[in-house]
Order: sequence, then C-alpha cells, then structure tokens
Amino acid sequence: MKDSKTTKASEVRGEGMLTRFLRATELDVRVLGMVGALLVIWCGFDIASGLKIPNSGLFGGSFLTPRNIWTLLVQTSSIAVMTTGMVLVIVMRQIDLSVGSMLSMVAVAGAVVQVFELGPWLGVGHPIIWIAAVATCLLLGAAVGAFNGFLTAYLQIPSFIVTLGGLIAYSGVAFLLASGVTIAPMDRTYSIIGGGVPQAWLGPTWSWLLALATCVLIVLGILNSRRQRQKFKFPLRPVWAEVFLAATGSAIVLGLTKVVNSYPWPFMLIKDYAIAHHVTIPAGVSDRNGNAICMAGGQVVRCVDGLIYYTGYAVPVLITVVVGAAMTFVASRTKFGRYVYAIGGNPEAAELAGINTRMVTVKVFALMGFLTGLSSIIASARLDAATNSLGQSNELYVIAAAVIGGTSLAGGVGTVYGAMLGALTMQSIQSGMQLLNLPAAFQNIVVGTVLVLAVFVDQFYRRRVK
Amino acid sequence: MNAPLVEMRNISVSFGGIKAVDDVSIDLYPGEVVGLLGHNGAGKSTLIKILSGAYRRDSGQIFINGSEAQISNPRDAKAYGIETIYQALALADNVDAAANLFLGRELMTPWGTLDDVAMEAEARKVMARLNPNFKRFKEPAASLSGGQRQSVAIARAILFNAKILIMDEPTAALGPHETQMVADLIQELKRQGLGIFLIDHDIHSVMQLCDRASVMKNGQLVGTVNVKDVTEDDLLGMIILGKNPEKAA
Repeated sequence: MKDSKTTKASEVRGEGMLTRFLRATELDVRVLGMVGALLVIWCGFDIASGLKIPNSGLFGGSFLTPRNIWTLLVQTSSIAVMTTGMVLVIVMRQIDLSVGSMLSMVAVAGAVVQVFELGPWLGVGHPIIWIAAVATCLLLGAAVGAFNGFLTAYLQIPSFIVTLGGLIAYSGVAFLLASGVTIAPMDRTYSIIGGGVPQAWLGPTWSWLLALATCVLIVLGILNSRRQRQKFKFPLRPVWAEVFLAATGSAIVLGLTKVVNSYPWPFMLIKDYAIAHHVTIPAGVSDRNGNAICMAGGQVVRCVDGLIYYTGYAVPVLITVVVGAAMTFVASRTKFGRYVYAIGGNPEAAELAGINTRMVTVKVFALMGFLTGLSSIIASARLDAATNSLGQSNELYVIAAAVIGGTSLAGGVGTVYGAMLGALTMQSIQSGMQLLNLPAAFQNIVVGTVLVLAVFVDQFYRRRVK
Repeated sequence: MNAPLVEMRNISVSFGGIKAVDDVSIDLYPGEVVGLLGHNGAGKSTLIKILSGAYRRDSGQIFINGSEAQISNPRDAKAYGIETIYQALALADNVDAAANLFLGRELMTPWGTLDDVAMEAEARKVMARLNPNFKRFKEPAASLSGGQRQSVAIARAILFNAKILIMDEPTAALGPHETQMVADLIQELKRQGLGIFLIDHDIHSVMQLCDRASVMKNGQLVGTVNVKDVTEDDLLGMIILGKNPEKAA
C-alpha cells in the first residue's frame, strides 16, 4: 500500500524518462535487458573476431556479416522450436529432460520410414515419402510426449523422473531403430526443411514481400488492440508509444530482411544452378587469381562471372517464426494457455476453479513432444542424415534457453519470445566462440557460466523491483 | 418451510486411520447464513470441502434442492451453483484480477480466443459494486493486498450467480474496514436469497451474521442451534466442551 502511494507521488513529477517510456510502451524491462545483452554479445564477437582476422562485419569482424547472421538463425531453429514448448512445461512447474533423446528417436524413426521402408517400395523421390516421414515425426513426437504427460499426471510420477527415464530409454530405442548406424541421405524434398539446399531459400523478392506483410500485420495488430480498448473505454497507450512500437517492430523486420537478402549463395551452388538451368553468364570482374568476384552486402565474394543469387529467408527460420507466433498465441490468447499459467501460479487454486489440471498436463507434454518432432525434422533434414546421437544434450540447451529467457523454474512465469531470445543468445555465444576458434571445452564452460549468471541477474532484478 | 437448499446427510470421511468427519448431518435454507464453528482440526473445513468437491466423502449423501447430488470434483459443485471462497484465498498469483475472476469459465470471442477485453470490462463492473476503490485490474494477483484479494475471491462467486456460497474464514486476512465490507456483502447476498455457509473462529461475528450455527468437535457434530436462542457463552461451551446448551434443544 505504501509503495503504491510513493509511485503515485512520483507520477506527478520527477519521474525518470526511462520509467515513463517503459510505462507508456508496456515493454518488459527484462526483455529489453536481454536484447541489450544480445547486442553487446554480437558487437563484442564482431570486434574480437575483427582483431584476429579483419573481415567485412559491422565492426570489422566476421560475426556481424550477412553470412554469419543467416547461419546463426538457421542454427538456432531446432532449439528455438523446442524451447517454445519447454516454456509452457516449466511454467506449469514440470520439466522435460527427455526432449534430446526423443528428438534422436523420432528423427531416426522418420529416417527409417523414408530410407528403409517407403524408399525402396515407392521409388526414391516419390512425394508420399516426405509427407509420410514428416507425419511420422510429428505424430510419434506428440504420442511420446502425451505418454510422458500421462505418466506424470495420472500415475503421479514426478515429471523429473518420468523424463529422466525417457532421456535414458528413448536414446536406447533410437540406437535399436537405427541399428547404431547413420541413416542417410534423406528424401530430396524432406531435406528442404533443413534449409541447406537452394530450394529452401526464399530469395530476395519473396523475403521482402513477407517482410512487408509482417509489418502490415504488426500495424493492424496494434490498431486492433487500441480499438478494442477504446470500445470499452479503457486507458489507452499514448499515441507516440504506439507509433514507436509499430516503427521499431517494422524496422527490426525490415532490417533483418535486408541482412538475409545480402547473403549470396555459395559459389559452387551458383555454378551448379547456372549449368543446370542454362543461365547465360554475364562477363564479370576477376581477382588476381582469375576468379570472378562480386560484391555482396559490402563483402567481396567469389561468384560465377558476375552471376549472383541471394538466399533470403531459409525454410527452418520461417518455421521457427511461425511456431513462435503460434505458441505466443496459444500461451496468451487461448484457454489452454491461460490454464497453464494459472496452474503454474497456484495448482490448488486452478484445481479448485474447476480446471482439469491432469488433462492440461497431458496436453502440455503432448505439445512439447509435437514440437520435438518438428525439431527432429529440421535437425535431420539439415544434417541430411539421422543418427541416434542427433539430439544429444539438446534437452540441456532447450531448458537453458528457456531459463536464460526469463522462465522461472518455480513456475508461473515465462514468455515464448523470451525463451526464443534465450535460444538465440546461447547460439550466438557458441557460434561466436567458434569464429574465434576457441576449443569446444571452453565453449561449454562459457555457456554454463552464462546460464548461471543470467538467472542470478534475473533474480537480483526481481528482488530489487519487489 | 421449503425444502432445504443443501442437505448433507450422515457424511463421513477418514484420512488414514483418522475420522476427520464422522457421521455429520447439516442443512442450509435459501436466504440463510449457517455458521460452522469448532476448533482447528474439528473437521469444519473438511466437511465443507466435500460439498465444494475438493474432497470425496467415504459415505453419506448430499441433497441439493431435495434431490440427491453427485459431487466428485470442483466442476460438479459449480454445476450445482456452489461457489467457495477459500481460507487460503485461492487465486493464481501470477495472473491478473480479471483472469482470476474468470478462471475456469473464461469469456471467449466468436473465434474461440480469450476475450480479455470483455473480461476486464465485466470485472470492472462487478468490482465497482463490491469495492469501488479497486483499480489494479492489470497487475498480477500477487501484488494485491489481502482485502483486494478477498474482494476478487468474493467477486468470483457473485459473478457466476452462486446459489450456495461457502465462505471459509472470509475475514481472517482483513482489516476492520474490509471486514465490515464483507459483513455488508453477506447481508446483501442473503437478501438475494443465497444460502451461505460461514466458517469462522470469531464467535462475535458468527453471532452477528448467522441465523443458525452448527458446532463440530473431533469430527463429530455437537449440535445445531438458532443463534437468537443462545449466548456467546453457550456457543463457547459447545466448542470447548462439546456440550449442548440446556435451554436450546
């Protein structure tokens, strides 16, 4: 009570610019903090890598180049997709340690279907093959997840134990299914989902159109919510804050599109494509060794005699964005999402309010399994192979991403976009250290430290606010 | 007199070897407030949780408006118009007041999504009646004071047109002003014809608010008396000694 009085007094005058800005835009300080940390990490790695070997990045390094940003987004996809589900699991005071092993098991099952079962029967490249493989992965994932949820909710076995058992058991199943070997290659259409082939790249035109459509959606969304609040005469955000949010959102979308649209295809693929499609190759500029060179995003790249193609957004990145939007919708706009948060906040109150908490638990785990199935498709398609070690340790990265993104293990608190930012942060640190040629063991030390540090900062902030 | 709104007949429940409620029968009529009194562990809360569906009885019957009711979970109880305001103020701390008000019975848009704006509008309407000072609709319940949380809990019950209201120590966490507010509210709901079970430790407020009082001790019913016919000392005797007053039968 005393607190609210003091805030009121400060509202009248002397309130800081930042506080007023945050109140008007209703932005979460912790998300802003995370975006800030991410920018610092990005710039830091660009500067550090530039000191080693100068390149065309924003600060003279190789981190903030279109090529690295593009790769970073594709690399983050698999973990980011799973972490959107893990947020809900953790918010509901549960945990799923089995996602890594489940990813391997499901990916191997999908690979067995396309390579050993349908491939020889229907003939390589038949369109049913990739559809069947995708359906297998998604359905198997959802079923295994629902099974985890059933054991947790109805047989009352703690989810930590259920999924710890799953972590061990599912990797065993994966090994048996694959007979311990690597299954490759995947169906041609299936591998598009991994983003490693030219067919998986949207190209500049479609990327720009998609970006514009997204900007329109952002503006429409803000207008719609404003109209709703007007209808019921609720307090409105100031107009400058609405404009600021729309402009910032659009700027991020357009800026990112500009970046991915300046990443050219690899040299060899352009050559293959030109030959296969009988493209007339214009005369280009050659470097000292006689190789053709082109400019791409301020960077000199090898190309085929002045012929250059740009990638634009890759399929797995689009899948991740769609999953992120869908899961944000589920978490904030549906009954199911509301119940997940209510159960996380006070399981007893939720039960007494008449919520079927057991059913919600099963659904959350089934959703987690479905998303793991989706990630298994992305991961195996990207590698163009499936092995029983494909998802090894993924559960730890997925949980770490959710936690770095502000999800509280005590339950009730966490956001989908925060967790996705967490996944991007972790992947940035890893790939940055790879650019600096630091050994893998060192990368593990840093990622582990960042996880603990992120939670410490978050706790510290929360205590200060309260 | 009409049929009782609620009749609980020969209810028993045990946990492990302990009989928490032992062959207890109580009833409640429309427009009546029945107080449930007894020491901690006397079985009041357990008895009431059977009616609200949180616990399942071992034996006995429940009649609502004269016909037997099957209540095996909180959803069943709500279907009979039974709303409960719990001692622990059962709110989900991480979601806001409007979301708590509608928890389990959310308003939806025609597209099947949560209609948060409509829920906030309804919440503002009901709170304007209950607690006009309440303005913190957008903040998580954790940041509300005891009285504000209580008004949210009561608003929940009112919003869904409860016929039978169970209040488990509704004023335990409240200051004097808020306690008076709850007392006024109980009178108002009584006039509207609701039946209210009021669990309370404070004999004074029971004398003030209730029409009848049922006293429990060690899981058994000591007796049910008309509050007008007894003194506070009589009630104390029932609670402490398990002895019925001589003049009231």
